[in-house]
Amino acid sequence: MSHPAPVLELRDVRRTYRLPRGQSLRAVDGISLRVMPGEILGLVGESGCGKSTLGRCMLRLDDVSSGQILFEGRDITTLSERKLRPLRPHMQMVFQNSTAALNPRRRIGDLLAEPLRVHPAPDGRKRTVATITARLHELMALVGLPAAALARYPHAFSGGQRQRINIARALAPSPRLVVADEPVSALDVSVQAQIVNLFADLRERLGLTYVFVAHDLAVVRQIATRVAVMYLGAIVECGETDDVLHAPAHPYTAALTAAVPRPVVGAPPPMLLRGDVPSPVNRPAGCRFHTRCPHAQARCGVEEPALRALRPGHEVACHYPLP
Amino acid sequence: MGALGALAFITCACLLAPFYAHDVAHSDPFASNVAGSIVLDGHEVDIMQPNDNPLHLGLSPIGPTGHAAYLLGADSQGRDLAARLLYGGRNSLLISACAAVLCLVAATLAGIVAGFCGGVVDAVLSRIMDIMWAVPVYLFAISLSIVMVSQKIHLGPFVLGADSLLIPIFIIALVYVPYAARPIRGRVLALRQAEFVTAARSLGVPGWRIMVLDIMPNISTTLVTLGPLLMALALLAESALSFLSLGVQAPQASWGTIIQDGEGLIYTRPLVAVVPGLAIVAVVLALNIVADGLRDALDGREGAR
Repeated sequence: MSHPAPVLELRDVRRTYRLPRGQSLRAVDGISLRVMPGEILGLVGESGCGKSTLGRCMLRLDDVSSGQILFEGRDITTLSERKLRPLRPHMQMVFQNSTAALNPRRRIGDLLAEPLRVHPAPDGRKRTVATITARLHELMALVGLPAAALARYPHAFSGGQRQRINIARALAPSPRLVVADEPVSALDVSVQAQIVNLFADLRERLGLTYVFVAHDLAVVRQIATRVAVMYLGAIVECGETDDVLHAPAHPYTAALTAAVPRPVVGAPPPMLLRGDVPSPVNRPAGCRFHTRCPHAQARCGVEEPALRALRPGHEVACHYPLP
Repeated sequence: MGALGALAFITCACLLAPFYAHDVAHSDPFASNVAGSIVLDGHEVDIMQPNDNPLHLGLSPIGPTGHAAYLLGADSQGRDLAARLLYGGRNSLLISACAAVLCLVAATLAGIVAGFCGGVVDAVLSRIMDIMWAVPVYLFAISLSIVMVSQKIHLGPFVLGADSLLIPIFIIALVYVPYAARPIRGRVLALRQAEFVTAARSLGVPGWRIMVLDIMPNISTTLVTLGPLLMALALLAESALSFLSLGVQAPQASWGTIIQDGEGLIYTRPLVAVVPGLAIVAVVLALNIVADGLRDALDGREGAR
């Protein structure tokens, strides 16, 4: 087997929140996933489907109820915060809310230097002030901000600039894996494009691996090499971006792609889903999508479909996949 | 602004008392002077004067003289009320300020640790606070002082005498810790959920460093506004304890002990009790207004951001 080892592997990961009166909310409901080196995995789904929770679980920023998380082959599921700390530099996160993710009371230079001050250099020695300063300038150049920005506070920047700062901070400890949790959904469209291009550019220059959480298919189509579609805490379809988005096998993916507005006069009206996403507290029995599926049949309400390979590299969780 | 000015004036007047009070009063504010006399307008006047009841029974201290010496009259021991007021204010302000600072430090520590660590640590700390909270403040302080004032306290090489000012400082600080720790813990609980704290965790920053560098600066507004409020509370507590002879011990003075002196003279020389009472009211009022102003000023700045 000459397959490269996955950077991140999830095995049947679940995240359940206990609610009062014995109820439980299954935010992440049995997800298995592999992220290969150099790939950009787009994680898409409606809001509330558990994609952000999954992103946080991947980096152990949220506790996992059951299942396993392997980072570069090492099980990190039950590592204590202290033991996890030396691994933190290798896996980083870019947050959705660029304002909330930056401490308003600290200067940009301080914020970016924090991971460098806390973690020793790769040779095991503590970084000197000079090397940290040099690295900060390097980072600012990398994300396209002037070095003068280091002396300012977060409120002095626009949303797009703040997201650049967040990216720079995530890159400061030279990570191998970056989980970006809806990094562009809070930005306006022209800035979105810049940030997405920055992500793509940085990946090429630094050889990064991304997990890119988004609900905007256009963004995912532009950047992701592989797409995983989530619905109610589980992956319903997963495969190469072009495969999944141009020839969706799962009715839910089909509905998602159909909902993207097309600038074509006289285009047929999109197939729209009726109703709301069922509550993850009372998940429907059988297929989790059958309550809204236009192709649902009797079996779908009884038996839960497993994620199976439709063809190599394209998996779908549906009894009756679309042709 | 006016409140700040008044506060500054009273504080300076009291703290600088040792430098000028003697030159004004020409008598020792700590020594009994029952048999003494002063010269007013060329006449020698006894400090303790017969009451003006028909039988001239009993003696009352001299009233306000309108001169530098015994400006506000004397207390029951024939000591200069004005001078004692200054020295007493010194103690009162010193104790309340130190107690407020000490209390704030302890409460910040407890609040941040409880709020940030959560889980068992939070449960234990919060329950201890709840128990302290359940006991009425003054009752708690009084019982503590009775234990501590009645004997010398040995802390390793240090011996705390029963008349040490540190005793009321410790007691008052301890008693108000839950009152300050609770709002601080609340702020920290909210901040712990903030994305920048998660970001710091994802960067692998150790917990203590997050508490000091990320949480502390963001609760400074709360701390700054709590400070003067705590000092006002501490001043009231100190006066109450001293009034009950459980705080500052004779011959030292505080506004509370002066009020106690004045209690017996309330019909003949009401000023002895009223003037320190007014001083307490003025300082507490000023501190509250200052706290309000600070909050508005700091919130306003954050709102504009």
